[in-house]
Amino acid sequence: MSEIIFEIDGKEVKAKAGMTILEAARSVGIKIPTLCHHEALEPFGSCRLCTVEVDVRSWTSLVASCVYPVAQNIVVRTRSAKVDRIRKMILELYLAHAPDSFELQDMAQEYGADKNRFEKEASFCIHCGLCVRYCNEVKQKNAVGFVDRGSRKEICFIPEIAAQECWDCKECFPLCPTEALQAAFVLSQALYTPQK
Amino acid sequence: MDNARIDKIIEKHHGEASSLIQVLLDIQSEHHWLPKAALKRVSEKLRVPLTQIQHIATFYKAFSLVPKGRHEVHVCVGTACHVRGASRILDTLQELTGIKPGETDLELKFSLETVNCLGCCALGPVLEIDGKTHGKMTTAETADVLKNYQ
Repeated sequence: MSEIIFEIDGKEVKAKAGMTILEAARSVGIKIPTLCHHEALEPFGSCRLCTVEVDVRSWTSLVASCVYPVAQNIVVRTRSAKVDRIRKMILELYLAHAPDSFELQDMAQEYGADKNRFEKEASFCIHCGLCVRYCNEVKQKNAVGFVDRGSRKEICFIPEIAAQECWDCKECFPLCPTEALQAAFVLSQALYTPQK
Repeated sequence: MDNARIDKIIEKHHGEASSLIQVLLDIQSEHHWLPKAALKRVSEKLRVPLTQIQHIATFYKAFSLVPKGRHEVHVCVGTACHVRGASRILDTLQELTGIKPGETDLELKFSLETVNCLGCCALGPVLEIDGKTHGKMTTAETADVLKNYQ
């Protein structure tokens, strides 16, 4: 049972047990868009852009491919009309928060998402958790974390740790798809550094 | 709150990282709020990153990161209490304590909070002070009840 054979977009794909659909698809060169996925980090499943349609015993469901493990004989569709519509909607909602993000704009063009569809609510953070998880899992410094919940959830640096660790690291900065992280960092730095 | 007391609470929960929320709840109920120094101590002792503790402490409404008064006043403004005149009770409380919902007075005597249901709608309008429920409140009774708390 180590090798699993299933179908992605009409193509037969072989994968090892325990792999996710996203990993299997990327191994054969099928593109699935993602924002919160990073090779070095555990799957998080927050951005939902990797949503695909999966038929399991002729029962269709929509799943996040970055966390869904491959299974024998499933049929995956990565670009059905339904999937495209969902991605377009997700992108439009993200663009309300971060209208100037290049990464989002590129995807918006591909899926025909309109960045003015929803009223702007520029928080600049889309809660992909890349910075938080990178700092925790790879660097193990835990300088940045989430605070609050729901619509008020945001990222926040711990000033004491940030003052010691962040200046020479900043490895999370290029990860951020919207550059919200830099803003939060600058803010916490301003709060921590006494005014002269 | 001193470190010895925090260490004792942590010991009670065998210093396991999985009892983080219980530890925080114990500190909260004893001290009425979670000072940063306490969170740092918990973080060191349980070996849980401060970011994660911060996430939990801001996630649950049971925790407070700002000082709270000695007496926590909860006014129910749910549907049943609302139609029975909860807004009048709330107005009276605001006038007597001089604080708005979510605030604490300067002497750290009262913290005022609105809640959406206390689960005893037949007693509406309901007022809860330090976990004790006062039902069928009137504005005059509210003032009387509040006098009992110093």
